[in-house]
Amino acid sequence: MASGAIESFDNKARREFESLGRTRVYRGELLRHPVYTRVLHWTVALFFFLALFTGFGIYLPWLFRWFTPFFGGGPLSRQMHPWFGLGFVFFFGLQVLNWLAPMLWTAADTKWMRNVHKIVSNEEKMDPPETGFFNAGQKVQFWEIVGGCIVFIITGAILWGGAKYFGGTAVAVSYVLHDISALIMLGGIFIHIYQSTFGEPGTFQAMIRGAVSEAWAWTFHPAWYKQVTGRDPVQACEEARRKMEGRR
Amino acid sequence: MADRKTLQADQISGHSGASPGLGMQRDLEVCKLIDTTTCIGCKACEVACVEWNDMPFQPTTFDNTYQTMPKTNWNFWNLIKFNEHQNADGTIQWLMRKDQCMHCADPGCLHACPADGAIVKYANGIVDFNQENCIGCEYCVSGCPFDIPRFNPMTKKVYKCTLCSDRVGQGLEPACIKACPTGCLKFGSKEDMSFIANERANQLRENFGFQNAGVYDPQSVGGTHVIYVLHDATDPERYGGLPKNPTIPWSYTVWKWLFKPVLGTFALFGFLGVLAHYVTSGPRMAQPEPPTKEETHG
Ligand code: HEM
Ligand code: SF4
Ligand code: SF4
Repeated sequence: MASGAIESFDNKARREFESLGRTRVYRGELLRHPVYTRVLHWTVALFFFLALFTGFGIYLPWLFRWFTPFFGGGPLSRQMHPWFGLGFVFFFGLQVLNWLAPMLWTAADTKWMRNVHKIVSNEEKMDPPETGFFNAGQKVQFWEIVGGCIVFIITGAILWGGAKYFGGTAVAVSYVLHDISALIMLGGIFIHIYQSTFGEPGTFQAMIRGAVSEAWAWTFHPAWYKQVTGRDPVQACEEARRKMEGRR
Repeated sequence: MADRKTLQADQISGHSGASPGLGMQRDLEVCKLIDTTTCIGCKACEVACVEWNDMPFQPTTFDNTYQTMPKTNWNFWNLIKFNEHQNADGTIQWLMRKDQCMHCADPGCLHACPADGAIVKYANGIVDFNQENCIGCEYCVSGCPFDIPRFNPMTKKVYKCTLCSDRVGQGLEPACIKACPTGCLKFGSKEDMSFIANERANQLRENFGFQNAGVYDPQSVGGTHVIYVLHDATDPERYGGLPKNPTIPWSYTVWKWLFKPVLGTFALFGFLGVLAHYVTSGPRMAQPEPPTKEETHG
């Protein structure tokens, strides 16, 4: 019942946003992310960085003294930070609804995680055949942000209200948890940005134009490739290789 | 300090005496002594504080006690807390305690504050807030075991008793001291005030039958630069919630001074980490990679 409501809300949003922008898919490409997903992603990213940068000024003001003036100084940074954080959590919440189904953890993900070193070291050129729309690493990043947002919201509310509403101990504990959550998320975002730009070339356009090459799909998300094209990813890759060698 | 002392007036022509507070800077550490046993709750110190610090007055709240308002405020730093205490033998006692910043030797507010220079502790023991550096995060409120710093929603900054650092810097006593009619407030060096306080506690124990009389100068925050003489030092809580064992949360000591910078640096290692990965392993390419050249190495 509830999942049905989410489904129809998301479908409606996707339809509406598709009339606001468009996704061109050329020959040899597949649709990856519709307009709605892309708009949500970049809104989340914008609010994340606004919250992060205003947070710097509160985390270590003596270090970020040169930086806080971009946000109108320390006091203004402090005033705006919670609002940016709320924006981040709100839009990420919409993204959670949007991505809940493809982000569910499966047995294949556990297996993928056990082989993660082979993927990181570039030993496996292609992802294992069961890798679907999102791989396990992406799912971990997603669920880490979900957990982080919950921590942010609870501890953030306590820090916002302050000791006069929640007591000194609650504030003293909350600010440590808030910091830790931010540090974990920041570390994750470094990896995320790297992977989606330099680390796996061809990924960035998935969030810009919304389309990826078929080669990208059969290499990194073979099960998804099979699902949308009906073709076997390994065979498709071999065919492409033969064609390429023939041309040479 | 020494330079100040050289320019301190000792005699003044056509003047009845030397400047008030002469010799105040004999010792580095200053101290305010509050003898709760001789406070009559006249509120002269409250008015003097509001006057000297030029604060807009705010309406008082009458709650059927001899207390001006429930709590100190950003524009009301000095409040006589009132409590009608019933003794074990059924007699009652009216307890008056002047509540204000304690100017802790180990100030929790200062440990909690992340902003550079928003809180300073002077060598003479005064803990002062510099509002121009305050970012209004209110961490100091949670770091203070005495619930003292108060947020001003208009300026978004935090304020509290300065121990009249502006007056003390000029060799004067704090305004509240000057106003007190009974002599229950005294100001001088920490050493002298401790001595007087202990003498008074002795007197209370020996001559007035207050067996538990004592001095409140909590060592859990390294001692304070405002000390009390109490009729019953075993139960300071009854004096409007004076904490028996004030402490600073560990998250403001260990976390802030050690883990914050260290873990922050680790997060930046994430950046170096991905850089190192790019240089050593290189990117993962969509397959098949364009077979430009035969592999010649590795
Ligand atoms: C400049 C910064 C960023 C870039 C270049 C970027 C790029 C991308 C790309 C290309 C994808 C699609 C991956 C795919 O289709 O497989 C993606 C997905 C995603 N992005 Fe970002 N992103 C950035 C910042 C952020 C931020 C700040 C957040 C949230 C705090 C975020 C959260 C996500 C999540 C949860 C996903 C789905 C799971 C995943 O691919 O890991 N992104 N991003
Ligand atoms: S009483 Fe509170 S505000 Fe005053 S110095 Fe101590 S910790 Fe700071
Ligand atoms: S509100 Fe308190 S802790 Fe925060 S910057 Fe101002 S003085 Fe420091």
